Amino acid sequence: MLDWLTILTLRASVITVLVSVGLILVGLAVGQRVDMLPVQASINAPVYDELFRVLFSIGTMLFLGICGLLVYSLVRFRRQPEDFGDGAAIEGNLPLEIVWTAIPAVVVLFVGLYSYNIYERMGGMAPLADHSVMHAMPASDPGSDDRVWGGISTISGETADLTVDVTALQFAFIFHYPEGNITTGELHVPEGERVELRMKANDVIHAFWVPQFRIKQDIIPGQPTVLTFTANRPGTYPIICAELCGPYHGGMRTSVVVHDRGAFDQWLTKNTPPVA
Amino acid sequence: MESTSELPVSLIPNHGSWLRYLSFSLDHKVVGIQYLVTGFLFYLVGGALAGMIRTELATPISDYLSREVYNEVLTMHGTIMIFLWIVPVVNGAFGNYLIPFYVGARDMAFPRLNAVAFWMIPPAGLLLIASFFIGGASQSGWTAYPPLSLRTPALGQLIWIFSVLLLGGSSILGGINFIVTILKLRRPGLKMMQLPMYCWAMLGTSILVVLSTPVLAGTLVMLAFDIVAHTGFFNPAIGGNAVVYQHLFWFYSHPAVYIMVLPAFGLVSEILPVHARKPLFGYTTMVYSILAIVFLGLIVWAHHMFTSGTPPWMRLFFTIATSFIAVPTGIKFFNWLATLWGGKIALNSSMLFACAFIVNFVLGGITGVALAQVPFDIHVHDTYFVVAHFHYIVYGGTVFIIFSSIYHWYPKITGRMLNEPLGIIHFVFTFVGFNLCFGPQHWLGMNGMPRRVSEYDPQFTLMNQISSVGALLMALSTLPFLINVFHSAWHGRVAGDNPWRALTPEWLTSSPPPVENWKGQAPHVEHPYGYGLVETNP
Ligand code: HEM
Ligand SMILES: [Cu+2]
Ligand SMILES: [Cu+2]
Repeated sequence: MLDWLTILTLRASVITVLVSVGLILVGLAVGQRVDMLPVQASINAPVYDELFRVLFSIGTMLFLGICGLLVYSLVRFRRQPEDFGDGAAIEGNLPLEIVWTAIPAVVVLFVGLYSYNIYERMGGMAPLADHSVMHAMPASDPGSDDRVWGGISTISGETADLTVDVTALQFAFIFHYPEGNITTGELHVPEGERVELRMKANDVIHAFWVPQFRIKQDIIPGQPTVLTFTANRPGTYPIICAELCGPYHGGMRTSVVVHDRGAFDQWLTKNTPPVA
Repeated sequence: MESTSELPVSLIPNHGSWLRYLSFSLDHKVVGIQYLVTGFLFYLVGGALAGMIRTELATPISDYLSREVYNEVLTMHGTIMIFLWIVPVVNGAFGNYLIPFYVGARDMAFPRLNAVAFWMIPPAGLLLIASFFIGGASQSGWTAYPPLSLRTPALGQLIWIFSVLLLGGSSILGGINFIVTILKLRRPGLKMMQLPMYCWAMLGTSILVVLSTPVLAGTLVMLAFDIVAHTGFFNPAIGGNAVVYQHLFWFYSHPAVYIMVLPAFGLVSEILPVHARKPLFGYTTMVYSILAIVFLGLIVWAHHMFTSGTPPWMRLFFTIATSFIAVPTGIKFFNWLATLWGGKIALNSSMLFACAFIVNFVLGGITGVALAQVPFDIHVHDTYFVVAHFHYIVYGGTVFIIFSSIYHWYPKITGRMLNEPLGIIHFVFTFVGFNLCFGPQHWLGMNGMPRRVSEYDPQFTLMNQISSVGALLMALSTLPFLINVFHSAWHGRVAGDNPWRALTPEWLTSSPPPVENWKGQAPHVEHPYGYGLVETNP
């Protein structure tokens, strides 16, 4: 025989389950549809965007859940005029508190593992997996002695198709192509090939950021860094300095032009200075 | 132990006159109000600077301020808001006013030290502001990363260092005072686990202050040496290491974000039970989660440095440690929601701000956990996304709680109630303005707008203008608040001792309270949250 209390508890559990399922579905749907990031122009970008969608889904679920609960309580449990009584004297509920310690713990654990996986697919975990590489970091950069690695898109053992030396200074980027001895203020790269930037700064800290590639690395005086990426969508994208570097910091920007192979070769030949 | 209760009233400077607020007062309540009013004045200055930033950013070109001045304004805005508004108010003001009541004491453990700590603040703040007019203020951001801070005009940078050292010193003195007061001045028989939650929050915060602020002080002294004596601690040109500064700086400054938010967690834990007429849910887990946040807060600093060339193992460690802060933080939020559940909620101005705090902070926490993931952070680090994140936390969280607290404790402090309709107008303007101002900045950051710039790509104009309109609303929201505070001080409804029928000890005395806090014995409050358990008179 069902008494009223059981029915009420049952009803509460059913509602809780329905609401949670609803939240999860809404979160997933929103995460699939969200479109807030700039175009994807490197092999790194789709991986990044996948992470973004997952985080956005989870964030939506948590945000709507908590705000929903809050607004519901404010409406449902508002004080009636002339009611000077107190609410139910509940000081806590250990099982419940364990549940909501566990929920964020599980979410965070999942997010951590998942972002680890993403980072690995971006190439970021390679040196950790391989200890010999870790000590002689970075493996893919035999030319440089003591460079700190930007942590994206370096698969250990792989070598770059194109190497460019980058010098950042107040308030410009200078690109030097050892192959062809070209110096330019605008970065040109071929589509679909691994580019390695060897970056140094002489004055203050700058940062190299291409939003469409979803990569960023500080350029630190006294601490050369490398950054690798593979662009895969021809076009012109901004290169932005992301570290406060002085009065003209906001103006410290240039472009990266992604060419298909033929156009890149043409650019290379056209700009190679004649050998004296 | 010395305390004002042993001093004859005649020895308390300017007793009873408003001049006591300008004196070296030893009364913790006077010191608390000194912190609050001083902090608010600096908030107005910091707000004016924010207005200048948003005016510059209303158009994509750099046209309103010179670029140098823009960076000065940006640096001063951050420094003033953090070190002269949030930290002093949420710690110094409410801590000094409330903690002695909560532990059942007549004053803080070291009243003179307390007055010294407060009086370090006005000169430090005035010095900082004065630097604008004597050769220009610091231009290197509130983080003062070298080598930039070694190359920008030296005088402004040195004044900045000196005044942050003074403010840090003040905060260390305050922290020691809170720790000793909470541990040693409790009324006989009052157990730690019977203390109002704000005491635990302040204990945790003060531990962070005492452990981490000296590191900042040492770092800034080294930076000053690099500037004046041309030592090379952080100067790569002569063999120093610029990244080491970042580690040292964030070893203080990540805990500093908890120094700004843990006390707010404490204050909201006092406010919600009163207006929801329910006991604070899960007292014990709340205490442990504060302690967990304190511990974790000390080992996450390098999440500010994921693009600074940190080694991979370090990125991994700091991602995990940072993400786990969400667990104790989440517990607190669920406990607050459970406190509201089944209550009899009075949705007054204080509660509106407190509930909006929950909404804003949850959003800031979600973006925080996202930022903790290295692969996510690399794209949005040092962009407007981060600006949005921390304003959701610091403004949407802490500043909302400061306002909530003012509506809650004003009747105790002045003996009169604040006006509710004006309070609600203040709330609506603040909440709408805040979200308009900082919501769009998430999008701006993800789409390519770096932070700390005075010009930007014209494609970002619309969102920046929305943000600037939001800032204007926030500025306007201050007017109903100021009118309310001044008008109510003389014409507000008389509050009586305990207008909220609250149970914590500060309400069990007159409003405003006498110098010795209670006529006669300090009350014995075993159940500061005993709504529904203890009799409260309507
Ligand atoms: C849920 C907890 C939180 C997490 C996981 C978190 C995470 C982060 C991360 C990873 C960053 C670095 C982003 C970057 O620069 O790329 C950051 C920045 C920041 N956070 Fe949080 N955060 C949390 C809560 C807070 C709190 C409670 C405050 C302050 C009350 C705060 C204030 C700040 C500030 C001021 C910055 C930027 C500092 C700067 O670069 O100037 N955050 N947060
Ligand atoms: Cu820059
Ligand atoms: Cu941090």
